[in-house]
Amino acid sequence: MSYQFNFDWIATYWPVFIAGIWMTIQLIVVGGIVGIALGILCAWARSEGPKWLGFITAIYVELIRNTPFLIQLFFIFYGLPALGFRMTEVQAAMLAMVINLGAYSAEIIRAGLEATPKGQVEAGASLALSPLQTFRHVVLVPALQKIWPALCSQVVIVMLGSSVVSQIAVEDLTYAANFTQSRSFRAFEAYFVSTLIYLALAIALRFALLALGDMIFATKRRATR
Amino acid sequence: MSQIGFADILWNLIMAAGWTVVLSLISFVGGGLLGIVLLFARIGKVSWLRVVVKIYTEVFQGTPLLMQLFLAFFGLGLLGIDVPPSLAAGTALILWTAAFLVEIWRGCVSAIAKGQWEASASLGMTYVEQMRHVILPQAFKISIPPTVGFSVQVVKGTALTSIIGFVEVTKAGTVLANATFQPFTVYGLVALIYFILCYPLSLSAKALERKMNVTHRH
Repeated sequence: MSYQFNFDWIATYWPVFIAGIWMTIQLIVVGGIVGIALGILCAWARSEGPKWLGFITAIYVELIRNTPFLIQLFFIFYGLPALGFRMTEVQAAMLAMVINLGAYSAEIIRAGLEATPKGQVEAGASLALSPLQTFRHVVLVPALQKIWPALCSQVVIVMLGSSVVSQIAVEDLTYAANFTQSRSFRAFEAYFVSTLIYLALAIALRFALLALGDMIFATKRRATR
Repeated sequence: MSQIGFADILWNLIMAAGWTVVLSLISFVGGGLLGIVLLFARIGKVSWLRVVVKIYTEVFQGTPLLMQLFLAFFGLGLLGIDVPPSLAAGTALILWTAAFLVEIWRGCVSAIAKGQWEASASLGMTYVEQMRHVILPQAFKISIPPTVGFSVQVVKGTALTSIIGFVEVTKAGTVLANATFQPFTVYGLVALIYFILCYPLSLSAKALERKMNVTHRH
C-alpha cells in the first residue's frame, strides 16, 4: 500500500529529457515565429484585405479555434498523406503548431488592429505614407504592442499544447517521460518531473517573450520620437 | 470480413461523441462547483488561502493538460485503487477546468468598480452581505460570456483523454482510422463533429459579449 518514491532513474535517463526539452524548444521557436507571422497576415486579410480573402481567413480561423489541436495534428500527419502530402513527424508537428497559433494569434492581433483610431491612419496618409507603410508603421506595430501580453499567453498555451505531438512519435519532452516510464516503471515520478520541467519552461518562455516585447517596442518608441 | 462503410464510420463516431459530451458536462459542472469554492478562497480575507489557490491556478495553467491526465492516471493508482480511464479523465479535467474558471471569475469580481464596495460598506453591509447583494450579482452577469467561451476549451480538452484510453470521439476516430485505412475521411469527420459541438458555444459567447458591451455603453 505505501508507495516508495524513487528518482534514481534520473541518473540514467537525464539525456533523454535534455533531448526532449531541446525538441520542445525547437518546436515552439519555429511554431511561434512562423505562427505569429501567419497570424499577422490573416489579421491583415480580415481587417484590410479583399473581401473574399477575409471570408476564407474567417473560415480557417473558426475551423481551427473550434477543433482540438490533437485532431488537427492527426489530420495533418495521417490524413494529408492520403492526398499526397508526405512529411516527417517533426514537420507535421511544426505545421500543426503554425496553423494552430496562426488562427489564434490572428484573432488577437485583429483586436489590436481594430483598436487603432481612424485618425491615425488618416494622419499616416497625410504624411504621404503608402497604405503599406501606414499599415506597417502606424497600425501594426502599435497594435502588436497593445496585444503583446495576450500573444505571449497564447504562445505559452501552444507550447504546453505541443505535449501531444509525442502521439505522432515526435521525441519531445512528453516522449521523454513516456520513454522513461516504460523503461524504469516509474510512471508517476517520470510524469511528475516532466510536469515540473514544463512549468519551468512555461514561466521562462513567458518571461523571455515579455522581455523581448519590451525590447522591440522600446526601440520603436525611441525611433518614432 | 465485412467492409466498414461510410455510414458505419459516421454512426460509430456519433455514438462516441456522446461520451465526449458527457465528459465535457461532468468536467464543466464539476470544475464549476470546485471553481466556486476556490473563488471564495481566492478573493477571501484569509491570505494563506489566497496564496494556495493562486499557486494552484498557476500550476494547472502552466502545465500541459496531458501531463495532468497522466499524473491523475498514475497518481490515483498509487493510492492502491484500480483506476479506470474515465475516473482519471474526469478528475484531471475537473481540476483543470476549475483552475481556469477561478481566474476568469476572479477577473470579473475585480472588474466591479471600487465605488460599489465603498457604497455598500457605507450602507453598513457586512462582507457577506456586500458579496451576496452587491458584488456577486454584478460579477455573475459579466462572467457569463467568458465562461461560455471557456466551455469550448473544455470540449476540446476532452480529446486528450483518448491518450489515456478513454473512448470518446477522438479515440473512436483513431480506432476507425486504423481499421479502415481512411484517416483523411475519419479525422475530417471527427474534426467536423468537434466543430458542430464547439461552434455554437463560440457563437453564443461572442453574441453575449456583444450584448453586454451594448448594455454597458448606455
